[in-house]
Amino acid sequence: MSCCQTLQSTEPQDSGQQSTAQRLDEERVRAASRLVEGQLYQTDFTVPDMHCAACIGTIERGLNSMDQVVSVRANLTTRTVAVVWDAERGPGSAIINFLARLGFDANLQFLGENDSAATDDKGRLLLRSLAVAGFAAANIMLLSVSVWSGADLETAKLFHLISGLIAVPAVVYAGQPFFTSALKALSARRLNMDVPISLAVLLALAMSVFESFTNGAEAYFDAAVTLLFFLLIGRYLDHLMRQKARGAVDQLAQLTAKGGVCVDDPKSPTFVALEDISEGMRLRVHPGERLPVDGRIVQGQTDVDRSLVTGEAASVVCREGDLLEAGVLNQTGSIDIIATSDCRNSFLAEVTKMMDAAERGRGLYVGIADRMARLYAPAVHLLALATFIGWMIYSGGDWHSSIYTSIAVLIITCPCALGLAVPVVHVIGAHQLMRRGIMIRDGSAFERLAEVDHVVFDKTGTLTSGQPAVVQAPHLDMEAIGCVVALSNRSSHPAAKAIAQAFDGGEGATLCDIKEVPGMGIQAHSKVGMVRLGRPNWVAEIAGATPLSMDHSGVAFAQQDGALAFFELEDRLRPDAAGTIAALQQAGLKVEILSGDHAKTVAAVAGELGVASFRDRMTPADKIQYIEKQQSKGGRVLMVGDGINDAPALAAAHASMAPASASDVGRLASDIVFTRPHLKAVLIARELALRTGRHIRQNFALALLYNCLAIPLAVTGQITPLLAAIAMSTSSIVVIANSMRLNLYREPQFEQNAESVAGTAEDADAPDRHTKELEAAA
Amino acid sequence: MSHLLVLIPIALGLGALGLAAFFWSLRAGQYDDLEGASVRILDGESEETPS
Repeated sequence: MSCCQTLQSTEPQDSGQQSTAQRLDEERVRAASRLVEGQLYQTDFTVPDMHCAACIGTIERGLNSMDQVVSVRANLTTRTVAVVWDAERGPGSAIINFLARLGFDANLQFLGENDSAATDDKGRLLLRSLAVAGFAAANIMLLSVSVWSGADLETAKLFHLISGLIAVPAVVYAGQPFFTSALKALSARRLNMDVPISLAVLLALAMSVFESFTNGAEAYFDAAVTLLFFLLIGRYLDHLMRQKARGAVDQLAQLTAKGGVCVDDPKSPTFVALEDISEGMRLRVHPGERLPVDGRIVQGQTDVDRSLVTGEAASVVCREGDLLEAGVLNQTGSIDIIATSDCRNSFLAEVTKMMDAAERGRGLYVGIADRMARLYAPAVHLLALATFIGWMIYSGGDWHSSIYTSIAVLIITCPCALGLAVPVVHVIGAHQLMRRGIMIRDGSAFERLAEVDHVVFDKTGTLTSGQPAVVQAPHLDMEAIGCVVALSNRSSHPAAKAIAQAFDGGEGATLCDIKEVPGMGIQAHSKVGMVRLGRPNWVAEIAGATPLSMDHSGVAFAQQDGALAFFELEDRLRPDAAGTIAALQQAGLKVEILSGDHAKTVAAVAGELGVASFRDRMTPADKIQYIEKQQSKGGRVLMVGDGINDAPALAAAHASMAPASASDVGRLASDIVFTRPHLKAVLIARELALRTGRHIRQNFALALLYNCLAIPLAVTGQITPLLAAIAMSTSSIVVIANSMRLNLYREPQFEQNAESVAGTAEDADAPDRHTKELEAAA
Repeated sequence: MSHLLVLIPIALGLGALGLAAFFWSLRAGQYDDLEGASVRILDGESEETPS
């Protein structure tokens, strides 16, 4: 091996091994692909860094120039690239490398049998329904207007007939989303908004058909179809919001272990999909990868990051015989493990089971629209019935006019504006959040978040950034700094990354024989001799006479026979953690910290943030139990956490948030994911949730006001199709206009916010007082 | 009245034509990437539309 060549112990070192690595990559790519036909595969990649026309052009032209690529389509909305490639003409794994060379990090998106990230079948169905309803509504309205403006009876009859011919198929096709949902609700013996909607549309249609074949005076075809059109707009907006949030969360999915490399036969390692891993299999885990299943180390030594499992930030040295959980991140050395579980009974699977059980409770949550429906639907149906009975008595048994009037009541009370009231507000709210880097998974999360009275934070990775940072660096000369930069750039250990970041932009020295010693550190030869960066005891071996009295927890650096220099590292709090917590406490919320970490560290963080109540050494089961206990006492808990150990608690809590850096499981379990490093997101999300709640209630009030004006007319038989059309459109427009006001939301300027809430300026930094107030209040 | 017999089919036919055009564009994937479409126009070099 020649000097000054990049060499990492983990990288393939000769062509034989290189081809093995390539073959494994290839199997990984194929596992994520969908077979189109023959040797043609479709693979979807997420490319989070794709932003503009130039990016699309570079990616599409670049990939098209590759031999094996048949077609490329970049999608900027979902930030994905769908590639169809021919396995006979070249490897698919080269596509990722090629994208990396173009400057884009690409992740594989694992596709199921038929789905593709680029197509969205439900959205297309809604759009088609919307188009049909729009076409029908426009044409029928055209005919209706001429009837209203005084066409003679013959023409009116003809127009009603044509309207009916358009309306019946249009309602049958475009009304499906509402009919199926209403049927589902009825068969579960519940009432939702879709029940009165479906009933009104179908009855209006049936009555109008009957009318146009008998005397043909008045028909409500336009009302039925316009209603569907408006409501479908609401549905589609709602769908767009979920789609966008899901896409954004999917992008965060890292290339985590969707399988492992099996080395039962050491000469030919093969890639095994996660489901196919069985107990007793020997798996190789490279640095930077997560363990797919639980396992015992049989070869190798390494540092592992178990923070997502235990909540403890510091990495741990593991050697042969140690037992590790699925999801643990291997940091420095390549290890072989014997699987002690398959994917169905691993630690990760246990956590997932706990999560599913916890999530069932949340599934029972009834959104505000459905709660309204439970009151509203019986009320209007009773009203229609009362109208029918009243008219039967009043008119002395005139069936026709009695039925006609009671159906008119149903049409005029049809919750068109109510159907729009909720989704429009949610969509605008979600858009406002997304502009601030906060992704909300669905509308009901807004409602649940607004009800929260208790906030529980995890410590590591949530209150802190989860990445250690250098808090104290030694004084070094230029040459030493060069060595430190060169060494720290070589390692993927978080401590090394932190040091590299501290010297960001520093000129690296030329080193050779760089070698990472798992569990110890990294060493190399410089001009003056050996240099080492790593654990103090290990570095001290080459340093000059430096007696090491105590075991130092930091990272040390030394040149051969030189002095030891120490770096102090710490997992720092997020910059606005204290301010956010103070503001939350000011808003009257109870704030607590639950952590898997030691009491000492948790107490220190809690003290710094002014949180009076904290619990340490919590296991996933403890956390979920604690939250369920709080909720059974009537509390509504917002859980903010990131780890695998938090996932069940996230699922159990009334509402939950996770940072983008969270584990996959953690992100999946939470309602809201925030992508920026600021904890302020919790505050913004809560504020917007309160606002959306306010706007929804205003919308309901406005819609009901219209109904109150129209119902007396309908009950007394004064309503005409023209009046119904006018009432319906104006109430919808008013509701939408009111929802748009949410766009006026301005983010609180943080410091100002903390101060203004506190009342006096110095309060922002006086968390002690807040907690005392809190205790006094409790 | 006789005007109507001509005009109404024309109106409906044009509407249906628009609807058909929309369905075609939906099937052709023109609604899959609304943000991308708005920036692709700035990229002068891509002359084709890959399916």
